Amino acid sequence: MASDTSRLGFYLLLAPILLWLVILIILPHIGLFIVSISEKIGPREYETGFDNYAAFFGEPLYWRTFARTAIMSILATVLTLILGFPIAYYIAKLTRGRTKTTLFLMCMIPFWVSELVRTFGWMILLRETGVISNALQYLGLVDGPVEMLYNDAAIMMGLVYTSILFMVVPLVTTLDSLDDSLIEAGYDLGGTSTSIMREIVIPHAMPGIVSGCIVVFMLSLGNYLTPILLGGKDSLWFTGMIYTQFITRFNWELGSAFGFLLLALSSLVVFAGLKLSRQSLIETMGRT
Amino acid sequence: MKFSLVSTVTVAAALTAQIAQADTLRLLTWGGYAPQEVIDMFEAETGHTVEVTTSNNEEMIAKLRATNGSGFDLAQPSQDRIASAQEEFGIYKPIDMSKVTAELFIPSMLSATAGNTTYEGEVYGLPHVWGTSGLVVNTALAGNVTDYTDLCDASVAGQVSYRLKRPTLIGFAYSMGLDPFAAYGDPDAYQSILNEVEAELTECKPNVRTYWDGGDEIKNLLRSGEVVASMAWDTGGWQLNADNPDITFVAPEAGALGWIDTFVLPARGRADDAAYDWINFVMQPEIAAMITNTAGNFTAAVDGDAGVSADLKARYQGSFDQAAIDNIKWYPPVPAGLEALEGATLDRINAAN
Repeated sequence: MASDTSRLGFYLLLAPILLWLVILIILPHIGLFIVSISEKIGPREYETGFDNYAAFFGEPLYWRTFARTAIMSILATVLTLILGFPIAYYIAKLTRGRTKTTLFLMCMIPFWVSELVRTFGWMILLRETGVISNALQYLGLVDGPVEMLYNDAAIMMGLVYTSILFMVVPLVTTLDSLDDSLIEAGYDLGGTSTSIMREIVIPHAMPGIVSGCIVVFMLSLGNYLTPILLGGKDSLWFTGMIYTQFITRFNWELGSAFGFLLLALSSLVVFAGLKLSRQSLIETMGRT
Repeated sequence: MKFSLVSTVTVAAALTAQIAQADTLRLLTWGGYAPQEVIDMFEAETGHTVEVTTSNNEEMIAKLRATNGSGFDLAQPSQDRIASAQEEFGIYKPIDMSKVTAELFIPSMLSATAGNTTYEGEVYGLPHVWGTSGLVVNTALAGNVTDYTDLCDASVAGQVSYRLKRPTLIGFAYSMGLDPFAAYGDPDAYQSILNEVEAELTECKPNVRTYWDGGDEIKNLLRSGEVVASMAWDTGGWQLNADNPDITFVAPEAGALGWIDTFVLPARGRADDAAYDWINFVMQPEIAAMITNTAGNFTAAVDGDAGVSADLKARYQGSFDQAAIDNIKWYPPVPAGLEALEGATLDRINAAN
């Protein structure tokens, strides 16, 4: 009797997440997959086949954009880690009490406004008639207006800015759980700052690093606004390509195939990342 | 059990009937085509309520396709995109001319639109607002730009913007001495035109500052001076002209590209009567003039230009003399499948370095 009730409770608690998964994730993906394997042969005429996937591999443009998106996302993830780790270390280990809360809050404040507004903010700063260009001219550092928008560096900066919080938060959590006495013991035993960082801090923070990297990579890969708005005429991004196929080309079949390929790519990169860092997904997600 | 099923059905039917009677007109249109004061007057006169969603051609078709033509009661795509969308996706229903006050429409535009939006013997579109795409130029800084291909001139390098969409391909083709509309029916001939245009636009790419997407974006670029010459809509040029007399719309030598936005009924719209009421209401001359004053483009309403502001008329006449009007290239209906060719071309231009 008691076990029956607890089992009922278990299923009731499980229901929301199951509904979420089935209705919002699994069902749409089944639909998307069915669309992706139908080939258009004429108005209102479709056939089943893998032509849309073949089109992706047959047209260099598509897989180059695909590779470019993946490489730039990985680069953005690495940059975010390099920038985020010192910030997180400072917040977690070198500050106490109010300062700690204040600093943590300051990291979060920019994320209280929407991504669109933040991206437009960057456009105002970087454009030729924008704040930075005018400031440089005023200081006499440059002769004419400088255009800093509409290039890959602008995209990269936008991506790092958008996702840095998602790196800092898991890192702070894992670094917080590292006992300070372990670091002190390291020094007592004659370790240098570098060796302590390498032997104690980074191994302990590894789950945080990996989960932060997964989140940042996924966010960058699936980002649409930042690359389109900051990248201008050279802003090829795979999500932009999916949007174009769906909306301006009316080619849902190819767009769906692209969607699945993006899913496969992101899963593959995350899997490779976990293997390289010798972490398991369960451990990573469980500890942070 | 049976009993409850019957009652459920009755309740459901009663509920739907009630919704249909409430007559909320869900209008899918362009920015500026349904000004708030017009909506207020319409709601006061007819008792219907209006919900406006603003969009563009591609998104209108994509939205209606996603729902098989439900979710909206009246949409306003351009006349050249209706027959092919109907053929491919079946998202519209035919217009019932007995419910339309035909005298309100300029006859030549009504019959031209009817001809272009006919699919399997049924008419699907009524003309509403018309205008052109051409060049919006800062004449003080780039007075030499008088045709689409002049945008690739070295004198305006890095200060040019256009959309990466089909009007750009067609405008450039005309400017290069080709005739894309004549090749609409022949995919091979059209592809060879696209190849030439692709080469030109790829070569032109270093001249471009950025490809614009929305009307406000290009106005912003021109106003700040970051762009001095662009391919854009006439109304944008005239609006900028009000702020800066140097910037205006120039009808290109190869001809401005003329479009007509229409009224169509989505296949599963629920408030057809309200939709016809709206059509007959906004085509009255004084209401049409109000729409022209906000949207910046003229309408297909008889005498609709009488109440238009003198400033707008002057700007229109400044951009178009009679020869330029005669030279307007009106979009014929796009055959199904042509957009796939254009799409591949646009993708390659976008990816070129």
